[in-house]
Amino acid sequence: MDKKNNLKNLLDIHNLSQKEYQKIIQLLKREPNKLELGIFSAMWSEHCSYKSSKKWLKKLPTKSKHVICGPGENAGIIDIGNNDAVVFKIESHNHPSFLEPFQGSATGVGGILRDVFTMGARPIAILDSLRFGEIKKKKQKYLLSGVVSGISNYGNCMGIPTVGGECFFSSNYNNNILVNAMAIGLAKKSKLFFSKASGYDNPVVYVGAKTGKDGIHGATMASAEFDKNSKLKKPTVQVGDPFTEKLLMEACLELMQTNMVVAIQDMGAAGLTCSSFEMASKGKCGIELNINNVPIREKNMTPYEIMLSESQERMLIILKKGTEQKVKKIFNKWDLNMSIIGKITNTKKMILRKDNETIANIPIELTEKNTPEYNRSWIYPKKRKKIKKIIFPNKKEIKKIVFKLLKDENLCSKKWIWEQYDHMVMCDTIKPPSYGAAIVRIHNTSKALAMTTDCNTNYCDADPFIGTMHAVSESRRNIIATGAVPIAITNNLNFGNPEDKKIMGQFVMSVKGIIESCTKYKIPVISGNVSLYNETNKSHISPTPVIGMVGLIKNTKKLYKNNTIKKNYKIFLVGKKSTNIFCSAFLDKIIFKNTKRDLGPPPPLDHKEEIKNGNFIINSFKKDLISFCNDSGSGGMLISLIKMVIDKNIGFEINQNFVNNTMTNEIFFKILFGEDSGKYIVITNNERKLINYAKSNKINLIEIGKTVKNNIYINDEYISLIKLKDNYEESFFNYIK
Amino acid sequence: MKVAVVVFPGSNCDRDIFSAIKKITGTKPSYLWHKEKNFSKFDLIVLPGGYSYGDYLRCGAMASHSPIMNEIKKRSKKGIPIIGICNGFQILTESKLLLGSLLQNINLKFVCNKAKIKVTNNRTIFTNKYKNNEVLKIPIAHMEGRFYCDKYTLKKLIDNEQIIFQYCDIKGNLKDANNPNGSILNIAGISNLSGNVLGMMPHPERCSEKILGGNSGIRFFESIFESFN
Repeated sequence: MDKKNNLKNLLDIHNLSQKEYQKIIQLLKREPNKLELGIFSAMWSEHCSYKSSKKWLKKLPTKSKHVICGPGENAGIIDIGNNDAVVFKIESHNHPSFLEPFQGSATGVGGILRDVFTMGARPIAILDSLRFGEIKKKKQKYLLSGVVSGISNYGNCMGIPTVGGECFFSSNYNNNILVNAMAIGLAKKSKLFFSKASGYDNPVVYVGAKTGKDGIHGATMASAEFDKNSKLKKPTVQVGDPFTEKLLMEACLELMQTNMVVAIQDMGAAGLTCSSFEMASKGKCGIELNINNVPIREKNMTPYEIMLSESQERMLIILKKGTEQKVKKIFNKWDLNMSIIGKITNTKKMILRKDNETIANIPIELTEKNTPEYNRSWIYPKKRKKIKKIIFPNKKEIKKIVFKLLKDENLCSKKWIWEQYDHMVMCDTIKPPSYGAAIVRIHNTSKALAMTTDCNTNYCDADPFIGTMHAVSESRRNIIATGAVPIAITNNLNFGNPEDKKIMGQFVMSVKGIIESCTKYKIPVISGNVSLYNETNKSHISPTPVIGMVGLIKNTKKLYKNNTIKKNYKIFLVGKKSTNIFCSAFLDKIIFKNTKRDLGPPPPLDHKEEIKNGNFIINSFKKDLISFCNDSGSGGMLISLIKMVIDKNIGFEINQNFVNNTMTNEIFFKILFGEDSGKYIVITNNERKLINYAKSNKINLIEIGKTVKNNIYINDEYISLIKLKDNYEESFFNYIK
Repeated sequence: MKVAVVVFPGSNCDRDIFSAIKKITGTKPSYLWHKEKNFSKFDLIVLPGGYSYGDYLRCGAMASHSPIMNEIKKRSKKGIPIIGICNGFQILTESKLLLGSLLQNINLKFVCNKAKIKVTNNRTIFTNKYKNNEVLKIPIAHMEGRFYCDKYTLKKLIDNEQIIFQYCDIKGNLKDANNPNGSILNIAGISNLSGNVLGMMPHPERCSEKILGGNSGIRFFESIFESFN
């Protein structure tokens, strides 16, 4: 009886099921020892094995003629010509950030940066997609401050600009916040590095920080929901040291200039266990490690702790035999530990030794083949009905409404956040955080990358399938509005507990949404991450499939020769006037005053219209017909337009033809604040050519108005730009007080 | 003109300075690793921004004991121009090559934005291409940028015209609202008494190209190069 209870406890700690335990016995042909059990637990955790999601992720479109490396490696790689390759990925650190916001978010940034420079790329930008609960709650202010300082501290110290992202607040995240970090790097196509081990007897080398007792069971922790005892899990959060990571990055990039590296992998989730196992598994070889040689931070660490520690800033490298001394010189220069901890073998086994005794012996190929893959049951999410009774305010209230919306925590300027990030270091940030996508130049060239993250929680909450298609579509519009051509996406799928078939349904439909949109747009998915179990005491987050997209600008000189703005420039809407109000910020905040979760079905999405209008924008940029562009996104057309001009100190006047007093309140507000898809706002000083070009392409181009000095004129009302700017930029500072 | 950019472990604006100098003046600087003790003659030495030694202990404190700093101190006495930007400024005060010290920003937060500064003294080798009291828009990015010194030191700095840059409004008035970090007398940059060592928190290398949103930093680098020639 006791033995049975012990086993149950042991399995509970390791988050393994009875069935999985039986499988381990089958594989080993004996009972595992505690170390082996720990290794299996980490390898088979949701976080590392994707056991609930794999079935669906396999269906994502991951190929195009430019994709060099799709999902499965540390990060995805895409070819952008002239021997340049872009490497990027997004990753979550949700669970640890809730337990310890500063270290949780900092190590999230550290981890994603390592994923990128492991491939041989120098990281050139970071973006963050954040979700918190209600901002008025003290706990949320604490979490927000901690997360922002953590990201700021790590990214700033590394000297990599944090150039964009998004931050959204909703009660659906009160018990589980989301911290997703995306990193973008640049490599030479001829100098890329992968994690596939090869070459019998090649040395396995450990570099970077020493191994401590932090983060043990981190991957397992992130694969379970929270309950009232979650605070006790704090020690599973790792502690970051950006200074060591900066040295590690420089040393690795220096080493990669040589020809001495066979394979390289960072020690991320499940630390030394996962990295060594994966490298050997990919190379279909064996690996033998001597635990005595692993540099440790404190005495008397057990092999179990050493193998499962998630201490940060560590790398595992397979070197060409005989290069050890030369490599050591490089790491010595950067004052970093380097230790030879093992070798590659042809046994197809992972063998761990301590004091010359074998303490673990696991067949690699068999374990890999037998990694659990679940076909979890799921049901279609319930469709939301249209809301029949919506009482619109009077047109006369327009001014009050503009102020109220721009003051809202989700629509106001997040300057408070991004001023804490060094967004200019590396001297390539062409478009800093403001609205839409950021633009970062490729150093010493006239090429640039546009980058964005996006996911509208309201839409995904209403319908995960359509909502996710919106996330892909809006990211794409963000990219196109900078004049860039979208090249690839990465995704971070944040959901609740997949063992609940409703949640699994949200997940499945969301993946289907990505497949649908990416296939239509011909944009490949090159990397991604899944974060499940974002749930506390059975209350789960809204489905949040964050899309990170990157686009290419071939010639910045040509593109930005026209980006000045003066009065009397014409403003146009590309696309039809909006007729939808469901799921909009206007419905949520103005009409329902933040009291209802059901905001009706998501806005309709028309891929054809998206593609047609998107192509028109890309070509108009090429023809020099656009001074500034933004997509009509959350908050609707008017909010999107205001965000475009507010930091340029110029106002605008909306034509009577566009909106006027003869319209009903409903039509009036739907045009200004309705949210749907496929729309862009364009400011131009080349109106005649733009109109002709639109005509010849059968594009809906509607004149909104023109730029004027100092004020915004809508219908009979005017709004002072200075007052509105104060309201927009300063309100967040008050929320956080 | 021979220019050196010193690289400490944790420096992260070394490449930015390198590129700006190369682009503006056509001169390609050399990187100097912090462990160097004997190095050839340089006509300008730049200590770049970043997080030398991870800002552990105090910003710039550990770097001020790097092997290279002894030689830099010697050369400063010989009149070789030395510039410290951001973390470089912190290293210069920690090394006592400049007076005062840099404390944590008054709001205890990192700040990165475009500040306005005025050229309080244009009669230096670093600022002669600017007009006196000219207002510049220039990026800042720091957590410990609050310049502080006692009142006797402050008087010395004023009397000897060692205050080179001050945060200000668009018209050049020294206002609290435009002081991003709480620096005493809105000080953004100072020099040593003999005028060959300059420390400043703002980053001129970040505003040396129009595409990056400003080019007010170009004349900073031109000033030094023209003074030399």
